[in-house]
Amino acid sequence: MSEHIASPKLYVGIFLALMVCTAATVWAAYVNLGPLNIIIALAIASFKATLVVLFFMHAKYSPRRTQLVIFCATFWLAIMLALTLTDYETRHELSRDSSHSGATAALASRIAR
Amino acid sequence: MHRTGELYGQFETLEQQKDTAQLGMWVFLVTEVLFFGGMFMTYTVNRHAYSAAFGVGSNTLDLKLGGINTVILILSSLTMAMAVLSAQLGKKKQITFYLIATLILGSAFLGVKVVEYKQKFDHHLIPGKSFDITFCGNNPSACGITAADAEKEQKEIEEAIRAENPDNPEQGLISLDSHAQLYFSLYFGMTGLHALHMIIGAGLLLWLIKQSLGGRFGPGYNTPVEVTGLYWHFVDIVWIYLFPLLYLIDRHVNT
Repeated sequence: MSEHIASPKLYVGIFLALMVCTAATVWAAYVNLGPLNIIIALAIASFKATLVVLFFMHAKYSPRRTQLVIFCATFWLAIMLALTLTDYETRHELSRDSSHSGATAALASRIAR
Repeated sequence: MHRTGELYGQFETLEQQKDTAQLGMWVFLVTEVLFFGGMFMTYTVNRHAYSAAFGVGSNTLDLKLGGINTVILILSSLTMAMAVLSAQLGKKKQITFYLIATLILGSAFLGVKVVEYKQKFDHHLIPGKSFDITFCGNNPSACGITAADAEKEQKEIEEAIRAENPDNPEQGLISLDSHAQLYFSLYFGMTGLHALHMIIGAGLLLWLIKQSLGGRFGPGYNTPVEVTGLYWHFVDIVWIYLFPLLYLIDRHVNT
């Protein structure tokens, strides 16, 4: 298998797509969407990152082995983010639910802080 | 140093040798993903805990400069990709041209970053003894902002103080100040680490330019250009996430 050679047109196209996404994310940031703002910002950023990985970094045409390494990186990052957030995101729930018991609430709010 | 395109003893083909070098760079980038991931995690947890203070801090950043830098960096990724492509096609003059263009764009990014850091020094937004989140609101002329903007900023700070401590404004200001310092510590930590990666990338580019001037790279041998390209694009991706997280996500509060 010889290496894949992309066309300059493709690269310029990807660049223009990244520019459009950048403009879109700045525009979306000024619209008040509540909690959706951060989700949209991260979704656009992830789409841009995917374009860079697939085309500029040639992941689309790389051997399966390399693609597996990329997948692992994302997967392990997701584990770190998700499992850490299950802790931090539920601490506040703990302090709210146990407000009927003074001692537990004090402890919980101390943990949350 | 080895001659160009030489097959080392442990490989069967040149293609296998090249795939291995690429895989090595990717494995390094995996460790980088988790390294930066830890910082993003810290940012997320603290931003969630002190969202009012982080919002105030985020909105002091210069969106124009941040946006310009985003464009510069993505453009530098394009020139880097073009450098790799030129190497694959054996267009030797173009390789050097695109590598130099990438170096210039990377340096421009760092230059803009210097301007931004300087601004933060002038605005008393460096964590430490003279940190003062209210500085620009109280001294609009020293920060070069209009009175209307200063009023807007003061209003935002007042709201954040209430969010920090609804009963005691004095205590609220103290905790806003310390949590805003946390934001700026993370801002300087994350952008500083990113800038350090850019500086290392610029060093690698200089090394590549020197070799490409000697005509080393072509269709048969371009592994250094290709793996440095992977590194450069990765640094671009880090910025693609830093830009919205640090500059953008609280802009809607001000509108």
